[in-house]
Amino acid sequence: MQNNSHSEDSAAYFGLDRRVWRVIVLTCFGLLAGLGFFLSLTKGSSIISLNQIINILLHPQDNAQSQIIWNIRMPRTIVGALVGVNLSLAGAILQAVMRNPLADPHIIGISSGAGLSGVAIMILFPSLEYLITPVAFVGAMLAAVCIYCLAWKNGIKPVRIILAGVAVSAFLSAGISGLMIFYSDRVHGALMWMVGGLSARSWTHVGIILPYACIGFLLALAGARYLNVLQLGDEMARGLGVNVEVTRIVMTGIAALLAASAVSVVGLLGFVGLVVPHAARLLLGSDYRFLMPGAALLGIATITLSDTFARVIFAPIELPVGIIMAFLGAPFFLFLLRREI
Amino acid sequence: MVNIIEVNNLVVGINQKEIIHNISFTIPEGKITAIIGPNGCGKSTTLKAISRNLPYKGSVNFKGKDVQNFSRKEFARALAILTQSPQAPADLTVRDLVNMGRFPYHSFLGGMTSEDEKEVLWALEQTNLLTMQKRFLATLSGGERQRAWIAMALAQRPEVLFLDEPTTYLDICHQLEVMQLLVKLNAELGITIVMVVHELNHAIQYADHVVVIKAGELVTKGSPKEIIKPKLLADVFNVKADEFSCSNGLTALVPVNIIEQCKQ
Repeated sequence: MQNNSHSEDSAAYFGLDRRVWRVIVLTCFGLLAGLGFFLSLTKGSSIISLNQIINILLHPQDNAQSQIIWNIRMPRTIVGALVGVNLSLAGAILQAVMRNPLADPHIIGISSGAGLSGVAIMILFPSLEYLITPVAFVGAMLAAVCIYCLAWKNGIKPVRIILAGVAVSAFLSAGISGLMIFYSDRVHGALMWMVGGLSARSWTHVGIILPYACIGFLLALAGARYLNVLQLGDEMARGLGVNVEVTRIVMTGIAALLAASAVSVVGLLGFVGLVVPHAARLLLGSDYRFLMPGAALLGIATITLSDTFARVIFAPIELPVGIIMAFLGAPFFLFLLRREI
Repeated sequence: MVNIIEVNNLVVGINQKEIIHNISFTIPEGKITAIIGPNGCGKSTTLKAISRNLPYKGSVNFKGKDVQNFSRKEFARALAILTQSPQAPADLTVRDLVNMGRFPYHSFLGGMTSEDEKEVLWALEQTNLLTMQKRFLATLSGGERQRAWIAMALAQRPEVLFLDEPTTYLDICHQLEVMQLLVKLNAELGITIVMVVHELNHAIQYADHVVVIKAGELVTKGSPKEIIKPKLLADVFNVKADEFSCSNGLTALVPVNIIEQCKQ
């Protein structure tokens, strides 16, 4: 094996070999995710000491504190973590499939589809609010399928999907705005849902999102090598034996399922799907075999840390996590972008 | 002369517009074939159709087997194509790129094997890139980058290598470097090379066989030394050219005037 290293090879990695650098970055993401998970369990409006928490985690009891940890904070934290995984992976996949840095779950209609169906339930049929998760899921998938069909013409071109997505999203968003104006007295719950939040998420929600997160993560990892080749352009990818059309449809479908399951549970969390994959890419590079686990871990860290912050900063009032994430995450992302690591 | 590829009655359309109108030709095995013709005549379209990148009517046979009967990966192991100015992420290294050339040898979930590593190192050695394998593509010169792409194609271990204008955007020294690399690969490894070229003197100097296309029709085919003459340039490119003798015994053509308005 050759070991001639050039000065410009590793300048970006503080003199480290790229593989070592990537392992270090992934480890840091993992530690951040662990920290976020831990803080989300330990911080909240009722103060429980660390010793008590550890004790409760090891030996579940029957008291109120145990209830808070096991039935409020634990499911909320797990839902947050899984939503982070799903939205980050969906964004990472779509950015490769569409070959467009602005692609995120919004672009394939997930947000507007879930948004319109969710808001419609909340405003028109408030008594059916318990159905909001399945209805939002169906709405999201319908919008995605609709955009895909509209963009189809002897195969799929990313630009056509993006333009069809913009058009369909604008159409559905007009529906959301219309509903909110006609029923302005019932808007509050819908507004909270549009921003996205983790309050009162239960074990039921964990059960809904967990299978999508697990299967989606495995499929995303399996698809990583295909996405790598797709980054060379359609013609080169075909030349290397990739079925470009099928890869694009399958990977978009995986992204749609990941994002729809997340959005239907917590509402329209923006930002994560767009920015987390980019932040991971800036630090790890564009090799999807590293980017997939990196984006997943960073997604967990982003949501759990933001949600903890959202609960603590104005305690006992809690802010929707979506607001905190955009406020803190956007400047941090711009910092990374300017540094161009 | 054995033919490795036979193209029969090829008709190709893009967006309902017919670009290639029924052309037939063959590619001799183990030789360098140049495809020449004016802009928009369908050279690249022909290359893309034969390499299954565009739908077509007619038949294309590879060693007597219809190319549509190859599986995708099987075809990628038989024929590698290098498109015109291909794109890659800025942080891809030479090694990463050449590794991708082994993709057609991997199963659905399989990764790099030691056999793959060996082939990648071999491809880097053939293109003289061993010392640059950790460099980012973005930091390479145009000639080095083109060599990296050729190394990726070599890692596919193809019998035929297609190149679409491999010397575009290169200065004359790097143009010759790429051409001489192709000649070396052809001579030492016996790889059949098919390239679309604009520089007709490259076709004369380096190709064994030439296919001339104009407006989607085959004009002529045969030995470049006999075919690429001032008369052909007048008929096909509407250019008056003078012929000169080179120090290596071949001839070179220098265009001196336009005969009529260049056809769009």
